Amino acid sequence: MSVERDEIGLVHGKVQFGGVVRDVNLSYTPEARVGDYVVVHVGFAISRVDEDEARRVFEYLEEIDALEASELAGGASSPAGDNGA
Amino acid sequence: MRFLDEYRDPRAARALVERIGRRASRRWRVMEICGGQTHTLIRYGIDRLLADSVEMIHGPGCPVCVTPLEKIDRAIAIASRPGVIFATFGDMMRVPGSNGDLFDARARGADVRVVYSPIDALAIAEEHPEREVVFFAVGFETTAPANAMAVWLAAEKGRENFSVLVSHVRVPPAIRLLLDDADCRVQGFIAPGHVCTIMGCEEYEELAAEYGIPFVVAGFEPLDLLDGLAVLVDLLEEGRAEVRNQSARSVRRDGNERARGIVDEVLEITGMTWRGVGAIPRSGLRLRERYARHDAERRFHVAGIASEESTRCIAGAVLQGKAKPADCPAFGRDCTPETPLGAPMVSTEGACSAYHAFRKYEDVDHAV
Repeated sequence: MSVERDEIGLVHGKVQFGGVVRDVNLSYTPEARVGDYVVVHVGFAISRVDEDEARRVFEYLEEIDALEASELAGGASSPAGDNGA
Repeated sequence: MRFLDEYRDPRAARALVERIGRRASRRWRVMEICGGQTHTLIRYGIDRLLADSVEMIHGPGCPVCVTPLEKIDRAIAIASRPGVIFATFGDMMRVPGSNGDLFDARARGADVRVVYSPIDALAIAEEHPEREVVFFAVGFETTAPANAMAVWLAAEKGRENFSVLVSHVRVPPAIRLLLDDADCRVQGFIAPGHVCTIMGCEEYEELAAEYGIPFVVAGFEPLDLLDGLAVLVDLLEEGRAEVRNQSARSVRRDGNERARGIVDEVLEITGMTWRGVGAIPRSGLRLRERYARHDAERRFHVAGIASEESTRCIAGAVLQGKAKPADCPAFGRDCTPETPLGAPMVSTEGACSAYHAFRKYEDVDHAV
């Protein structure tokens, strides 16, 4: 929500958790920008969430759905294929 | 909330459960290390959904649970000194020492305060320069960067009245201990996502190669765990002792180098005795000599306290995956979250607390 530097040069930000806003130390995620999602642990952001990676599991689930649909339509493909991990 | 709600979608969970069921040719024995993951598994009943394909064995990844009894006793002793403000994560308040807990110390007049972050404890030291402020710096690798930063900042700012009681543990040496045990039944691991956010995947690659056992790094939501288990069952079926990162949205292969830099600056590896488990070489962290001024154990001379563990608690067996909480005769009877005999009943990451919160009304026979 906001990013600023304190008097000794540490980067802080305001982070919204659902409805709650907290001051979070961003020293370990200097790449975080306003609008990003971060993983926060005891007041410190420890990772910026990679949105492309976050979507991956859902794309994979859609593939399962598609495979099952093709099986129902009489296809012979195995549902236990490689998962692209 | 984004990146949380999607990972609890029941339709997607069903698809993954079915996939694991189709893929598993036998019942695989899998350990999740992290207590946060134990809670998700029990809360959502994931272990039961998968009962035919995977037996979940709960690991020792509960920092509160493995904090040595001696450290709890020292915390209580330091907190009880006149003029001290003792700051701690809330989970540590109810952990039983040899003789009572931090709540008891507070009831006797000690100034014990629950904080959300070690930085909040440092702020108390800044507000009260006339008082000694001690923070109970417990945790795994995930928490070490925060605790190390508080010490580094205290040194940087000259906050001489701030010190820490350090009880830090590292996951890989504990995995090594479990795997070196001739009775170890674990065939594959779900590696702890938050620990790997800091440490990366390399330590687990070494373990996988050395012990010939697969690891999948997974997060904490139901779909994270099911997705991780689906990949782990694939690796087990194919006999591949590899590491996969299914938590790539927040875990990078190299972890968080900046965070590790501060940890290395402030802390160094040491031997550690895990409560309920025993001594594990190189499994702990302590303050480096140059930060000795901020070491509460040196400042308050508390090394000589005799500690004594409850004889009725089977926490050690639970923490090593050798028993389930309901195997304990005291579970839910003499031992409850309000009157715990052992730390796993207290912590939000303890296996006993998970079973008590979500399965306490079930017959003991139903425990798997």
